[in-house]
Amino acid sequence: MLTDLTIAQARDGLRARTFSAEELTLAHLYAIEALNPRLNAYITVNHAAAMDQARAADAALARGEARSLTGIPLAIKDLFCTEGVRTTAGSRILGPFVPPYESTVTANLLRDGAIFLGKTNMDEFAMGSSNMTSAYGPVENPWKRRQDANAVLVPGGSSGGSAAAVAARLAMGGTGTDTGGSIRQPASFCGIVGAKPTYGRCSRWGVVAFASSLDHPGPFARTVRDTAILLGSMAGHDPKDSTSADVPVPDFAAACARGVMGLRIGVPREYRVDGMPAEIEAVWQQGVAWLRDAGAEIADVSLPHTKYGLPTYYIVAPAEASSNLARYDGVRFGLRADGADLRDLYERTRAAGFGAEVQRRILIGTYVLSAGYYDAYYLRAQKVRALILRDFTEAFASVDALLTPTAPSAAFAQGEKMDDPVQMYLNDLFTVPADLAGVPAMSVPAGLDANGLPLGLQVIGKPFDEATVFAVGAALERAAGFDALPAIRAGL
Amino acid sequence: MSLDHATVRRIATLARIRVEEDDIPRLQAELNGILGWIEQLNEVNVEGVEPLTGAAHMALKMREDVVTDGGYPEKVLANAPDRAGPFFAVPKVVE
Repeated sequence: MLTDLTIAQARDGLRARTFSAEELTLAHLYAIEALNPRLNAYITVNHAAAMDQARAADAALARGEARSLTGIPLAIKDLFCTEGVRTTAGSRILGPFVPPYESTVTANLLRDGAIFLGKTNMDEFAMGSSNMTSAYGPVENPWKRRQDANAVLVPGGSSGGSAAAVAARLAMGGTGTDTGGSIRQPASFCGIVGAKPTYGRCSRWGVVAFASSLDHPGPFARTVRDTAILLGSMAGHDPKDSTSADVPVPDFAAACARGVMGLRIGVPREYRVDGMPAEIEAVWQQGVAWLRDAGAEIADVSLPHTKYGLPTYYIVAPAEASSNLARYDGVRFGLRADGADLRDLYERTRAAGFGAEVQRRILIGTYVLSAGYYDAYYLRAQKVRALILRDFTEAFASVDALLTPTAPSAAFAQGEKMDDPVQMYLNDLFTVPADLAGVPAMSVPAGLDANGLPLGLQVIGKPFDEATVFAVGAALERAAGFDALPAIRAGL
Repeated sequence: MSLDHATVRRIATLARIRVEEDDIPRLQAELNGILGWIEQLNEVNVEGVEPLTGAAHMALKMREDVVTDGGYPEKVLANAPDRAGPFFAVPKVVE
């Protein structure tokens, strides 16, 4: 099956002319046609544009001008603005929005020859951990519980559509964004690899903003090496994003073969939380043993402010969101609801255009920034954020990378954890600290729970040292030999 | 700190989101649930800690103060819900 190939294998096949980019793209479009009505991973599918890109890729291959992703079909999270292709951010308020420009990350992927199959579903404005807040309906996780095969599970979120698409072989790789865990948690829930690079490594220009100091674009794929290949294309300095880092992009794919011999890996004791399923603890211990067997030295470390990561995040992220989302006023683009006067137009547009979770976060953000409460909430949260970064800086004085579980549970069912917003927020317990600190991290599938659902392990690295994160991730991948497949996938 | 009915109403007005009177009790309960959970940050000793505004591990770059973009009003207006010639149109603001 062409749809089962890795990106690295497909590149070889395309260059050897074993198959064409047109055949590879068609195989994915057929898979989307067959499975997307059920999974709802894509909001928009670009049949015609994808086939045009595929023919251009075949022409480039024929001329011997292949670039790193020539002919590789990808899924693009619907948060990345794509020129001439509707970009919704999973929200009603951007339902009619067709960007007249291309985000830097997607422009980089196109420069390298990638084919865009379509735009993937997501929690509205990337606010959620289940894909249940999308205005375009929930996404079904292609994995099934052994004991309860009828339960419809969530793919995680917010980048749930990209994760489900890559897992079900409706794309070879994809883009996501990670603000509190939105790449790593869905990667863990869907049994694939997801990487969040250092803040500033991938440009945010043209990515619909949620919380600007926390938003990290990054890749999904089914192997660590494929993820490294994608990040190599997505990354790089962009003068259009003032926080984009002007530093060289190393060869991430080459780092995957480096091994972990002589590396010191820290195991943070605060990630061992009450009520964590025994299976997750077991997978974590297995990961520690794999890295030790591969030649790494294991050290206990402490990140004392870990438990304050989530409450800090739920001040900082809504505060930034309330400011960023002020632009949706029904005047210049997006949905408009008519009103008696301009203010009524604003209020009706925003009430009709934003879903319940987005409204909640805008209200929280407005409150914590309002006169009289700024110091008590926002300023205090920024100080705790500094302590969380200090925890990482101190830990990285003695270790090269950290190993933790990615999420405190396997994928849950649609409708679960919906009654209390805080219960949903707890999903991001282990992923939020790396966003607050801006350090690189990735999730690698490491095992299955008793119900046959995938569990991921997280590797966290030093700023701009994604290479070590990939080296450790690849070592885990080799040791885990994870070859379980989701119940719903192309070609069945 | 617990939000009362009037405060929820005031925040919604600041945020320019129309909230129906019937929805305020539900929002009040949800927002107070979230804020109550956030209160745990008060346990942390932040004495003498400088606030961290962002995650960038480098200083922001300066750039020349010059126009680098623009000159395509049709693209800018292409997504406008309503327009009047080369302008965005809104309900009458001045009587």
